[in-house]
Amino acid sequence: MKLQRVIGLTKKELIKTYRLPAVLFMIFLFPVVFVFAFGAAFGGAAGGQTAYLVGVVNMDQGLSPQTSQSFIDTLESAEILDIQTFTDNQTAQNELSQGRIQAVMVIPTTFSQSYQSYQTAPNNPNQWTNASVLLYLDKGSIFATQAIPPIIKQILSAFMDQTQQAIPSPVTVETASLVEVRQISTFDFWAPGMFTFASIFLIMMVAGSFTEDRENGMMKRIRITPTTPTEFMISQVLSYTVTALVQAILVFVMVYIMGFRPDVGVHVYIFAFTLVLLFSLSNIGFGLITATISKSSGAATGLAFVFVLPQLFLGTFVGASLSSAAQIAGKFVPSYYVTDALTSLFLRGAGLTSPIVLLDLAAVSISCVAILAVGIVLYAKYYKI
Amino acid sequence: MKTPAISIENLVKKFEDVTAVDGVNLQVEEGELFGLIGPNGAGKTTIINVLCGLIPPTSGSCRVGGFDVQKQKSKVKDIIGVCPQETAIYPYLTGSENVELFGNLYIMNKQTLETRRAMLFEKTGLTHDAKRRAEKYSGGMKRRLSLVLSLINDPRIAFLDEPTVTMDPQSRHAVWEFIKELKTQNKTIILTTHYMEEAEELCDRVGIIDHGKLIALGSPNELISNNNAKNLEEVFIKLTGRRIREEV
Repeated sequence: MKLQRVIGLTKKELIKTYRLPAVLFMIFLFPVVFVFAFGAAFGGAAGGQTAYLVGVVNMDQGLSPQTSQSFIDTLESAEILDIQTFTDNQTAQNELSQGRIQAVMVIPTTFSQSYQSYQTAPNNPNQWTNASVLLYLDKGSIFATQAIPPIIKQILSAFMDQTQQAIPSPVTVETASLVEVRQISTFDFWAPGMFTFASIFLIMMVAGSFTEDRENGMMKRIRITPTTPTEFMISQVLSYTVTALVQAILVFVMVYIMGFRPDVGVHVYIFAFTLVLLFSLSNIGFGLITATISKSSGAATGLAFVFVLPQLFLGTFVGASLSSAAQIAGKFVPSYYVTDALTSLFLRGAGLTSPIVLLDLAAVSISCVAILAVGIVLYAKYYKI
Repeated sequence: MKTPAISIENLVKKFEDVTAVDGVNLQVEEGELFGLIGPNGAGKTTIINVLCGLIPPTSGSCRVGGFDVQKQKSKVKDIIGVCPQETAIYPYLTGSENVELFGNLYIMNKQTLETRRAMLFEKTGLTHDAKRRAEKYSGGMKRRLSLVLSLINDPRIAFLDEPTVTMDPQSRHAVWEFIKELKTQNKTIILTTHYMEEAEELCDRVGIIDHGKLIALGSPNELISNNNAKNLEEVFIKLTGRRIREEV
């Protein structure tokens, strides 16, 4: 095998990628625009905070429970707060840890008793029954840690009928703990699938490129030179893999800009890129199969959708919103395993050696190499390389 | 005895029930400029494709440069250059990049490639357009670039399949001069054409092909005189009863 030939053909294919506007758009600009559109619609860049989501757990067991309910009503009347009530602390804490709310406020068992004691003797602290409203806040949210406590304090003071906040009160607000919260937006949920999504369009590019070279006589012309089939195929796989890598980097940069910042190490990103590159092999394989059965480049573009659509709808972020039957069908397309592995790594906190990730890696490796091999064998059988 | 550059024995090529080449026997000597003439569909390109190893013969054997085309394909590829009938160039590459790519496919070193590229561009009048993308070239320029690609490896034997088709008269004559110059370098050239004046002007010998059969062989002058004709066009009419370009 002569490296000079492989490099020459690879270079030629990469030049084509950036010189042909249609290819450039389909391979690079489309994923970028797509991620931007989705990010803007569903991600962190969608807009500012309108209200703080606060979960309230009412533990008050005093003689007049309507007092604590009245306090909750007061909180609800504040437009800046969006109050959700919970019957137990555990459920509220779960919601907080999953990022669905920004704070949990626990009204203590002695709240109404404390309130009554203050109303009876507002100027005699010795007769007060003290109580503490506990706040659990999202550690990762600057809004939650900075804004929510003073808002709650202000509303509580007003509720207690204190004219001056400097005056002591039997009910105090205490920050119990800051909770590590993993907020998952709709965009976050879809982001792993976007890595997969972009690479799928390689099928169209490969199919179009091979049929076009056949149509305009270039394939025949290359066959007349001493170039071997192995050198030719390696150069093609190499150039499309480089394209897939650039695609993955672009998508990564875009999803990062749009707010997808999973708390994972560099090794996880390296693994993710490797997985996407492996996946690109199957798309090259599907592209070759498409080129084998297509009589023209026009037909190839249409026929490519036979492979593009199932991969797209059953294996990327779209699959998550499909019926259970469609989700089972998704297990027969390689893109499903790539999206599943990336979701496990980025969103579920799975490690590289976790069984689910290893299983996905095995499925992607075996299926992608097999599909590429089938593509090469079929193409070589019907159209000499 | 000197080995012929090309030797074809009882070559038959069938495509399903169509016989494209029907028992052709031919020898072309080293340094000869041989013309295969005949109408479209006569079998000229099929013979070239078999000689280049692109398609296998149904029966018969072919040797190019002394190498068996079927058994020593890679050796044949090393010594030939082919300008195909269709204008096969990469439109998104510049003229220069197209040539560089093919130079790399023939494992040419950078200096030799650059020297050959400059010389061939000069001869074909493409020097000033070398850095332009081939898609911007005129039809004639694309044909000339295609010719350059087929000769970049300085082949011993060149197959030029209708190299001047669609060219304007000026470009055609420029290419003729270039082909004549190749002959002075002792290159063996197989030229297919349906332009009779081209064959008369350039070829040492011509073979007239019709319906896959070699129906006449000799120098243009021999064929004209043996058939009491004014030119090769008339020779073809006398031999087949029709004009060569009626079917074009």
